[in-house]
Amino acid sequence: MSTKNITLISFGYFEQYFLKNIVKNIQQVFNINVELKEGHLDLSDYYNPARRQYDANKLLQEVNSNFSSIDNKTIGLFNVDLFIPIFTFIFGQAYLNNNSGIASIYRLNNERYGIEPDDNLLLERFSKEIIHELGHTFGLTHCHVTDCVMRSVSYVEDIDQKSTNFCPSCRNQL
Amino acid sequence: MNNKISILIVDDEDSVRDSLFNWFIEDGYRVECAENAKIALSKIETDNFDIILADIKMPGMDGMEMLRRIKSLKNELIVIIMTAFATVDTAVQALKDGAFDYITKPFDPDDLSHLIRNASKQISLSKENEILKERVVVLENVEDIIGNSESMKRVLHEVENVSQSNSSVIITGESGTGKELIAKAIHSNSSRKYFPLVSVHCGALSESLLESELFGHEKGAFTGAMYVRKGRFEMADSGSIFLDEISTISTKMQVELLRVLETKSFVRVGGNKEIMSDFRVICATNKNLKQMVEEGTFREDLFYRLNVVNIHIPPLRERKEDIPLLVDYFINKYCTAMNKPVVQIDVTTIKRLSEFEFPGNIRELENMIERAIVVGNGKKITLKDFIFEKKTIKSSKESLDEQERIHITQILNKYNWNISRSAKALQVDRVTLYNKIKKYNLKASSK
Ligand SMILES: [Zn+2]
Ligand SMILES: [Zn+2]
Repeated sequence: MSTKNITLISFGYFEQYFLKNIVKNIQQVFNINVELKEGHLDLSDYYNPARRQYDANKLLQEVNSNFSSIDNKTIGLFNVDLFIPIFTFIFGQAYLNNNSGIASIYRLNNERYGIEPDDNLLLERFSKEIIHELGHTFGLTHCHVTDCVMRSVSYVEDIDQKSTNFCPSCRNQL
Repeated sequence: MNNKISILIVDDEDSVRDSLFNWFIEDGYRVECAENAKIALSKIETDNFDIILADIKMPGMDGMEMLRRIKSLKNELIVIIMTAFATVDTAVQALKDGAFDYITKPFDPDDLSHLIRNASKQISLSKENEILKERVVVLENVEDIIGNSESMKRVLHEVENVSQSNSSVIITGESGTGKELIAKAIHSNSSRKYFPLVSVHCGALSESLLESELFGHEKGAFTGAMYVRKGRFEMADSGSIFLDEISTISTKMQVELLRVLETKSFVRVGGNKEIMSDFRVICATNKNLKQMVEEGTFREDLFYRLNVVNIHIPPLRERKEDIPLLVDYFINKYCTAMNKPVVQIDVTTIKRLSEFEFPGNIRELENMIERAIVVGNGKKITLKDFIFEKKTIKSSKESLDEQERIHITQILNKYNWNISRSAKALQVDRVTLYNKIKKYNLKASSK
């Protein structure tokens, strides 16, 4: 792993202690320095009124060209509903084997599904999604191992079925 | 299997091609794109694809016409039609003309994964049938199941046998023996491995929560429910569901569960649409279900439906020869996880460890090793890095104290608690005997 740093940039409001815990989780998995920054973007430029969602392709492009750098993996953190034209929604996406990715906490929240909020679960889910997108930036593709964080999930509670960590074979590829 | 599968995306819209391209690349497929049917057809003639994902509406030749040409060219190709507005007519026509399936844009990511997994499964099954007639079965995903003992070899052999079938399985064993690992092994060696293994820890949920966990609920079923929530049975479609601590479910849930197992269908909470799901059930319990059936606390019909195959995992104390391997495995696991150089452990320490009973089984051993690595000096773990809880001390029966207690009790009973005669028989004085009685808290039985 030649990357020296992981940078997480929050766009929009997140609780500080929440972000700190995210950083802790990411650091534990990758064992490299994780930096936390605040980013400012007018998200209305990325809003699609017809879909009432935010354009994840444009946001990823933006993060990649204006907020990331070489030797550094950057993930933009959002709190809005992301879409790409072909899908009803996405949790996040990243450029494979490249510098950047994005992830949103929007659909990870229990309350949106009418269940009791659970802060720890939310923290865990968001950490997993960020680690997953980071995995892509390090060149990993999806994995079939049930526990592996690189397993592709398309449904929120399926995230709870996997761990925050890479399976041995994915870890070897890092 | 993904590496072998290649997909051709045919759509005139750039953004659709790009999005799908990225999605499939992340999934590890080989992907190519074509912006119209003509280019697609020429690619199909010169290259080998497994799946064609084609838009129905394109300038020039449309998707339906292309589908018919592909089918006359290479009938075995899987073609999935994408439509912006699904009309029943076009969908039916597409299927009639040989499409594998159709999907409406924009897709729910879950639907697309499901569709592609189904297609992949069909492809890999037909590929396997062609070439893998006499292949030796090698179990996958069993690296975490440690043990060379005869009893563990037998367990793995049973996993191998049962994974090829669709039968319900009950995994029995004391807590901490690794029942969930066995469930994972069964799933990942079955043809359902391309689909999820969904776990439910029944004991952790109240009856009403369990219902919504298992069956899901409709949008708006509760205040704030903006989205449909799929239940575990629905998530497990085409895959497996693992019901841990099955003995804890209430009588009402037993009835519901039996009904779902019989019909493979259910209704989400707050809804009325019948949902079908094809799943395999793997259960686990540390209780004796048969006995519960006899006592009337577990339904007999449900028991027989679940207990088609029973795999029993022996407790750690019955396979002590595996302890050195396990110790090694956990030391490696935790040193790697904590980013420490692998610590040493000497033979005597392992030998002493092997003398303990481990009522908490592998989980207890694992916790002990993890703790020892944390508190140890970082180079070597020794006996003093372990805390043995009293109950874990080697077979109470084999310890000297216990032998003494049993022996004194026997003598006392033999002489009807006559202290003088008992002391004489034991060849100790009366004070010593009184002290022993006090030490072991012995009492004359009341009869
Ligand atoms: Zn992914
Ligand atoms: Zn993996």
